[in-house]
Amino acid sequence: MPTATVQTDSTDIAARQRWMAVLARADSAELEAAWAGLADKPAYRLLRKPEVGLVMARGRVGGAGGAFNLGEIAVTRCAAQLAGGRTGFGYVAGRDVRKCELAALFDGLLQDGARQSQLLAGVIAPLAEAQARRKAATQGDAARTKVNFFALERGEDGK
Amino acid sequence: MSQIALKAGFDDSVHDSQRVFRALLDAMARPGRIVTPPAPPELPAALHPATAAVCLALLDFETPLWLAGPDVAEARAWLAFHAGCPFAATPDQAAFALVTDVAALPALGGFALGSDEMPERSTTLLLQVGHLAAGQGKRLSGPGIDGTALLAVDGVAAAFWAERAAACALFPRGLDVIFTAGAALAALPRTTQVED
Repeated sequence: MPTATVQTDSTDIAARQRWMAVLARADSAELEAAWAGLADKPAYRLLRKPEVGLVMARGRVGGAGGAFNLGEIAVTRCAAQLAGGRTGFGYVAGRDVRKCELAALFDGLLQDGARQSQLLAGVIAPLAEAQARRKAATQGDAARTKVNFFALERGEDGK
Repeated sequence: MSQIALKAGFDDSVHDSQRVFRALLDAMARPGRIVTPPAPPELPAALHPATAAVCLALLDFETPLWLAGPDVAEARAWLAFHAGCPFAATPDQAAFALVTDVAALPALGGFALGSDEMPERSTTLLLQVGHLAAGQGKRLSGPGIDGTALLAVDGVAAAFWAERAAACALFPRGLDVIFTAGAALAALPRTTQVED
Protein backbone atom coordinates (compact mmCIF):
# COMPACT_ATOMS: atom_id res chain seq x y z
CA MET A 1 0.00 0.00 0.00
CA PRO A 2 2.71 2.61 0.75
CA THR A 3 3.97 2.03 -2.80
CA ALA A 4 1.10 4.24 -3.86
CA THR A 5 3.17 7.21 -2.77
CA VAL A 6 6.29 6.32 -4.74
CA GLN A 7 6.60 7.11 -8.38
CA THR A 8 8.94 4.80 -10.19
CA ASP A 9 9.08 6.17 -13.73
CA SER A 10 12.62 6.96 -14.84
CA THR A 11 13.86 5.80 -11.47
CA ASP A 12 15.37 2.47 -10.83
CA ILE A 13 15.58 1.33 -7.27
CA ALA A 14 19.35 0.89 -7.05
CA ALA A 15 19.99 4.41 -8.32
CA ARG A 16 17.55 5.81 -5.81
CA GLN A 17 19.14 3.87 -2.97
CA ARG A 18 22.48 5.34 -3.99
CA TRP A 19 21.37 8.95 -3.94
CA MET A 20 19.36 8.52 -0.75
CA ALA A 21 22.46 7.06 0.91
CA VAL A 22 24.64 9.94 -0.28
CA LEU A 23 22.06 12.47 0.95
CA ALA A 24 21.84 10.71 4.32
CA ARG A 25 25.61 10.81 4.81
CA ALA A 26 26.01 14.41 3.70
CA ASP A 27 26.62 17.27 6.12
CA SER A 28 23.74 19.54 6.97
CA ALA A 29 25.79 22.52 5.77
CA GLU A 30 26.59 20.84 2.45
CA LEU A 31 22.92 20.12 1.79
CA GLU A 32 21.92 23.62 2.81
CA ALA A 33 24.48 25.05 0.39
CA ALA A 34 23.28 22.78 -2.41
CA TRP A 35 19.67 23.80 -1.76
CA ALA A 36 20.61 27.48 -1.67
CA GLY A 37 22.43 27.09 -4.97
CA LEU A 38 19.45 25.47 -6.66
CA ALA A 39 17.75 27.39 -9.42
CA ASP A 40 13.92 27.23 -9.41
CA LYS A 41 13.25 25.65 -6.04
CA PRO A 42 9.92 23.84 -6.06
CA ALA A 43 7.06 24.68 -3.75
CA TYR A 44 6.53 21.87 -1.29
CA ARG A 45 4.69 20.84 1.84
CA LEU A 46 5.53 18.27 4.45
CA LEU A 47 3.31 15.20 4.46
CA ARG A 48 5.16 13.97 7.49
CA LYS A 49 7.08 16.53 9.46
CA PRO A 50 10.57 15.44 10.48
CA GLU A 51 10.26 13.13 13.46
CA VAL A 52 12.97 11.46 15.49
CA GLY A 53 12.78 7.83 16.54
CA LEU A 54 15.03 5.00 17.59
CA VAL A 55 16.17 2.18 15.34
CA MET A 56 18.01 -0.91 16.53
CA ALA A 57 21.36 -1.11 14.76
CA ARG A 58 22.48 -4.69 14.30
CA GLY A 59 25.97 -5.99 13.73
CA ARG A 60 27.65 -9.25 12.83
CA VAL A 61 30.76 -10.74 14.35
CA GLY A 62 33.20 -11.64 11.62
CA GLY A 63 31.85 -12.46 8.21
CA ALA A 64 29.62 -15.37 9.16
CA GLY A 65 28.63 -14.73 12.78
CA GLY A 66 25.07 -14.38 13.90
CA ALA A 67 23.53 -10.94 14.00
CA PHE A 68 23.50 -9.19 17.36
CA ASN A 69 21.92 -5.97 18.57
CA LEU A 70 24.60 -3.33 18.71
CA GLY A 71 22.39 -0.61 20.18
CA GLU A 72 19.75 1.89 19.28
CA ILE A 73 20.53 4.90 17.15
CA ALA A 74 18.44 8.00 16.62
CA VAL A 75 16.97 8.23 13.13
CA THR A 76 15.00 11.14 11.69
CA ARG A 77 12.46 10.63 8.95
CA CYS A 78 10.45 13.00 6.86
CA ALA A 79 8.22 12.97 3.77
CA ALA A 80 7.81 16.00 1.53
CA GLN A 81 5.39 16.42 -1.33
CA LEU A 82 6.67 18.64 -4.12
CA ALA A 83 4.52 20.87 -6.31
CA GLY A 84 4.56 18.33 -9.14
CA GLY A 85 3.01 15.69 -6.89
CA ARG A 86 6.15 13.66 -6.34
CA THR A 87 6.87 12.57 -2.80
CA GLY A 88 10.41 12.56 -1.47
CA PHE A 89 11.49 10.65 1.59
CA GLY A 90 14.38 11.32 3.93
CA TYR A 91 15.73 8.84 6.43
CA VAL A 92 18.90 10.04 8.12
CA ALA A 93 20.82 8.97 11.20
CA GLY A 94 20.84 11.54 13.99
CA ARG A 95 18.50 14.28 15.10
CA ASP A 96 19.12 16.92 12.47
CA VAL A 97 15.58 17.71 11.32
CA ARG A 98 16.57 20.31 8.74
CA LYS A 99 19.02 17.92 7.10
CA CYS A 100 16.31 15.29 6.93
CA GLU A 101 13.89 17.72 5.32
CA LEU A 102 16.50 18.69 2.71
CA ALA A 103 17.28 15.03 2.01
CA ALA A 104 13.57 14.40 1.40
CA LEU A 105 13.33 17.41 -0.92
CA PHE A 106 16.32 16.31 -2.97
CA ASP A 107 14.91 12.78 -3.15
CA GLY A 108 11.67 14.19 -4.52
CA LEU A 109 13.50 16.34 -7.08
CA LEU A 110 15.72 13.46 -8.18
CA GLN A 111 12.65 11.40 -9.10
CA ASP A 112 11.89 13.96 -11.78
CA GLY A 113 13.42 12.57 -14.97
CA ALA A 114 13.88 16.03 -16.46
CA ARG A 115 16.08 17.24 -13.61
CA GLN A 116 17.66 13.98 -12.57
CA SER A 117 20.89 13.94 -14.58
CA GLN A 118 21.63 17.58 -13.81
CA LEU A 119 21.11 17.02 -10.07
CA LEU A 120 23.09 13.79 -10.04
CA ALA A 121 26.06 15.57 -11.60
CA GLY A 122 25.66 18.89 -9.80
CA VAL A 123 24.69 17.79 -6.30
CA ILE A 124 25.04 14.07 -5.67
CA ALA A 125 28.42 13.52 -7.37
CA PRO A 126 30.24 16.29 -5.43
CA LEU A 127 28.68 15.10 -2.16
CA ALA A 128 29.72 11.51 -2.85
CA GLU A 129 33.21 12.66 -3.73
CA ALA A 130 33.54 14.66 -0.50
CA GLN A 131 32.32 11.66 1.48
CA ALA A 132 34.84 9.36 -0.22
CA ARG A 133 37.59 11.88 0.55
CA ARG A 134 36.61 12.09 4.21
CA LYS A 135 36.46 8.32 4.48
CA ALA A 136 39.89 7.92 2.87
CA ALA A 137 41.35 10.53 5.25
CA THR A 138 39.94 8.72 8.27
CA GLN A 139 41.25 5.41 7.02
CA GLY A 140 44.65 6.99 6.37
CA ASP A 141 44.76 8.35 9.94
CA ALA A 142 43.84 4.96 11.33
CA ALA A 143 46.30 3.12 9.11
CA ARG A 144 49.23 5.20 10.43
CA THR A 145 48.69 3.94 13.94
CA LYS A 146 47.92 0.37 13.00
CA VAL A 147 49.58 -2.27 15.17
CA ASN A 148 50.21 -5.70 13.79
CA PHE A 149 49.78 -8.51 16.25
CA PHE A 150 51.62 -11.76 15.76
CA ALA A 151 50.61 -15.00 17.37
CA LEU A 152 53.75 -16.42 18.93
CA GLU A 153 54.26 -20.15 19.15
CA ARG A 154 54.97 -20.82 22.81
CA GLY A 155 55.01 -24.55 22.68
CA GLU A 156 53.18 -25.03 26.00
CA ASP A 157 50.38 -27.07 24.53
CA GLY A 158 52.58 -29.37 22.52
CA LYS A 159 54.49 -31.04 25.38
CA MET B 1 2.03 3.64 -11.97
CA SER B 2 -0.91 5.44 -10.52
CA GLN B 3 -0.15 7.93 -7.83
CA ILE B 4 -2.60 8.93 -5.17
CA ALA B 5 -1.89 12.43 -3.94
CA LEU B 6 -1.57 11.84 -0.23
CA LYS B 7 -2.98 14.29 2.22
CA ALA B 8 -1.15 15.42 5.32
CA GLY B 9 -1.95 14.19 8.84
CA PHE B 10 -2.08 16.06 12.14
CA ASP B 11 -0.06 19.28 12.35
CA ASP B 12 1.25 18.30 15.74
CA SER B 13 0.85 14.55 15.87
CA VAL B 14 1.77 14.00 19.52
CA HIS B 15 -0.40 16.67 21.11
CA ASP B 16 -3.29 16.37 18.68
CA SER B 17 -3.39 12.60 19.27
CA GLN B 18 -3.43 13.18 23.01
CA ARG B 19 -6.33 15.62 22.71
CA VAL B 20 -8.27 13.10 20.60
CA PHE B 21 -7.53 10.39 23.14
CA ARG B 22 -8.76 12.61 25.96
CA ALA B 23 -11.99 13.27 24.03
CA LEU B 24 -12.43 9.54 23.45
CA LEU B 25 -11.91 8.83 27.14
CA ASP B 26 -14.68 11.30 27.94
CA ALA B 27 -16.98 9.71 25.39
CA MET B 28 -16.28 6.17 26.60
CA ALA B 29 -16.64 7.10 30.28
CA ARG B 30 -19.95 8.88 29.64
CA PRO B 31 -21.83 6.80 27.06
CA GLY B 32 -24.22 8.94 25.07
CA ARG B 33 -22.19 12.12 25.50
CA ILE B 34 -21.28 13.72 22.19
CA VAL B 35 -17.73 15.09 22.03
CA THR B 36 -15.80 16.86 19.28
CA PRO B 37 -12.16 15.81 18.95
CA PRO B 38 -9.66 18.02 17.10
CA ALA B 39 -9.56 16.97 13.45
CA PRO B 40 -6.63 16.85 11.02
CA PRO B 41 -6.54 19.82 8.62
CA GLU B 42 -7.16 17.66 5.56
CA LEU B 43 -8.50 14.14 5.23
CA PRO B 44 -9.52 11.56 2.66
CA ALA B 45 -12.93 12.08 1.08
CA ALA B 46 -14.38 8.89 2.56
CA LEU B 47 -13.64 9.82 6.17
CA HIS B 48 -15.45 12.21 8.47
CA PRO B 49 -13.21 14.54 10.50
CA ALA B 50 -13.94 12.70 13.76
CA THR B 51 -13.24 9.32 12.14
CA ALA B 52 -9.91 10.51 10.76
CA ALA B 53 -8.96 11.95 14.15
CA VAL B 54 -9.77 8.71 15.99
CA CYS B 55 -7.86 6.64 13.43
CA LEU B 56 -4.74 8.78 13.69
CA ALA B 57 -4.87 8.67 17.49
CA LEU B 58 -5.58 4.96 17.98
CA LEU B 59 -4.15 3.02 15.04
CA ASP B 60 -0.57 1.90 14.79
CA PHE B 61 1.45 -1.03 13.54
CA GLU B 62 0.01 -3.34 16.20
CA THR B 63 -3.66 -2.76 15.41
CA PRO B 64 -4.98 -4.49 12.29
CA LEU B 65 -7.79 -2.48 10.73
CA TRP B 66 -10.70 -3.92 8.78
CA LEU B 67 -11.93 -1.25 6.43
CA ALA B 68 -15.28 -1.39 4.62
CA GLY B 69 -17.37 1.06 2.66
CA PRO B 70 -17.50 2.65 -0.78
CA ASP B 71 -14.44 4.38 -2.28
CA VAL B 72 -12.01 3.71 0.52
CA ALA B 73 -8.82 3.35 -1.58
CA GLU B 74 -7.67 6.86 -0.73
CA ALA B 75 -8.49 6.38 2.96
CA ARG B 76 -6.60 3.08 2.94
CA ALA B 77 -3.43 4.67 1.49
CA TRP B 78 -3.74 7.61 3.87
CA LEU B 79 -4.12 5.39 6.94
CA ALA B 80 -1.28 3.12 5.83
CA PHE B 81 1.00 6.13 5.53
CA HIS B 82 0.03 8.15 8.59
CA ALA B 83 -1.06 5.47 11.04
CA GLY B 84 1.10 2.64 9.69
CA CYS B 85 -1.59 0.10 10.52
CA PRO B 86 -1.82 -3.32 8.87
CA PHE B 87 -5.10 -4.25 7.19
CA ALA B 88 -7.02 -7.31 8.30
CA ALA B 89 -8.42 -9.59 5.62
CA THR B 90 -11.41 -10.65 7.71
CA PRO B 91 -13.36 -8.80 10.43
CA ASP B 92 -12.50 -11.32 13.15
CA GLN B 93 -8.75 -10.59 12.79
CA ALA B 94 -9.20 -6.87 13.29
CA ALA B 95 -8.47 -4.83 16.41
CA PHE B 96 -10.48 -2.01 14.86
CA ALA B 97 -13.16 -2.11 12.19
CA LEU B 98 -13.88 1.07 10.29
CA VAL B 99 -17.12 1.11 8.34
CA THR B 100 -17.44 4.36 6.44
CA ASP B 101 -21.09 3.76 5.60
CA VAL B 102 -23.22 1.84 8.12
CA ALA B 103 -25.14 0.30 5.22
CA ALA B 104 -21.97 -1.74 4.54
CA LEU B 105 -21.85 -3.10 8.11
CA PRO B 106 -21.90 -6.91 8.14
CA ALA B 107 -23.49 -9.02 10.88
CA LEU B 108 -21.75 -8.30 14.18
CA GLY B 109 -21.17 -12.00 14.82
CA GLY B 110 -18.27 -11.85 12.35
CA PHE B 111 -16.18 -9.57 14.57
CA ALA B 112 -13.85 -10.70 17.33
CA LEU B 113 -15.64 -10.63 20.68
CA GLY B 114 -12.56 -11.37 22.78
CA SER B 115 -12.34 -14.25 25.21
CA ASP B 116 -13.30 -14.48 28.87
CA GLU B 117 -9.60 -14.32 29.80
CA MET B 118 -8.80 -11.54 27.32
CA PRO B 119 -11.95 -9.55 26.62
CA GLU B 120 -9.81 -6.66 25.35
CA ARG B 121 -9.02 -8.68 22.24
CA SER B 122 -12.40 -7.78 20.80
CA THR B 123 -12.85 -5.63 17.71
CA THR B 124 -13.65 -1.99 18.40
CA LEU B 125 -16.18 -0.78 15.86
CA LEU B 126 -15.79 2.64 14.32
CA LEU B 127 -19.02 3.44 12.50
CA GLN B 128 -19.67 6.54 10.40
CA VAL B 129 -23.31 7.53 10.63
CA GLY B 130 -25.33 10.35 9.17
CA HIS B 131 -26.18 12.19 12.35
CA LEU B 132 -25.83 11.97 16.12
CA ALA B 133 -28.07 13.73 18.61
CA ALA B 134 -28.16 13.63 22.39
CA GLY B 135 -31.35 14.02 24.38
CA GLN B 136 -33.51 11.98 22.02
CA GLY B 137 -33.70 8.47 20.56
CA LYS B 138 -32.44 5.34 22.32
CA ARG B 139 -32.41 5.13 26.09
CA LEU B 140 -28.99 4.24 27.49
CA SER B 141 -28.21 3.04 30.98
CA GLY B 142 -25.29 1.45 32.77
CA PRO B 143 -21.89 2.45 34.16
CA GLY B 144 -21.00 6.10 33.54
CA ILE B 145 -24.63 7.15 33.17
CA ASP B 146 -26.53 8.84 35.99
CA GLY B 147 -29.93 7.23 35.53
CA THR B 148 -30.51 7.21 31.80
CA ALA B 149 -29.21 9.12 28.79
CA LEU B 150 -30.73 9.51 25.36
CA LEU B 151 -28.83 9.17 22.10
CA ALA B 152 -30.19 9.19 18.56
CA VAL B 153 -28.05 7.50 15.92
CA ASP B 154 -29.15 8.09 12.37
CA GLY B 155 -29.03 5.33 9.75
CA VAL B 156 -28.32 2.28 11.92
CA ALA B 157 -30.49 -0.74 11.20
CA ALA B 158 -32.66 -2.28 13.92
CA ALA B 159 -30.74 -5.57 13.49
CA PHE B 160 -27.58 -3.81 14.67
CA TRP B 161 -29.07 -3.07 18.10
CA ALA B 162 -30.27 -6.65 18.55
CA GLU B 163 -26.91 -8.11 17.49
CA ARG B 164 -25.05 -5.71 19.75
CA ALA B 165 -27.22 -6.66 22.70
CA ALA B 166 -26.59 -10.35 21.97
CA ALA B 167 -22.82 -9.81 21.76
CA CYS B 168 -22.71 -7.74 24.95
CA ALA B 169 -24.78 -10.35 26.82
CA LEU B 170 -21.58 -12.45 26.75
CA PHE B 171 -19.88 -10.00 29.14
CA PRO B 172 -16.91 -9.65 29.73
CA ARG B 173 -16.81 -10.44 26.03
CA GLY B 174 -18.55 -7.99 23.74
CA LEU B 175 -18.15 -5.11 21.32
CA ASP B 176 -17.29 -1.48 21.97
CA VAL B 177 -18.68 0.94 19.42
CA ILE B 178 -17.63 4.46 18.48
CA PHE B 179 -20.12 6.37 16.31
CA THR B 180 -18.81 9.30 14.30
CA ALA B 181 -20.83 11.87 12.38
CA GLY B 182 -18.99 14.83 10.88
CA ALA B 183 -16.81 16.35 13.59
CA ALA B 184 -18.72 14.69 16.46
CA LEU B 185 -18.45 11.30 18.06
CA ALA B 186 -20.20 9.28 20.74
CA ALA B 187 -19.19 5.96 22.26
CA LEU B 188 -21.17 2.94 23.31
CA PRO B 189 -19.03 0.64 25.46
CA ARG B 190 -20.12 -2.96 25.96
CA THR B 191 -21.41 -2.23 29.46
CA THR B 192 -24.15 0.09 28.24
CA GLN B 193 -27.69 -1.23 27.94
CA VAL B 194 -29.74 0.17 25.11
CA GLU B 195 -33.54 0.28 25.03
CA ASP B 196 -35.92 1.85 22.57
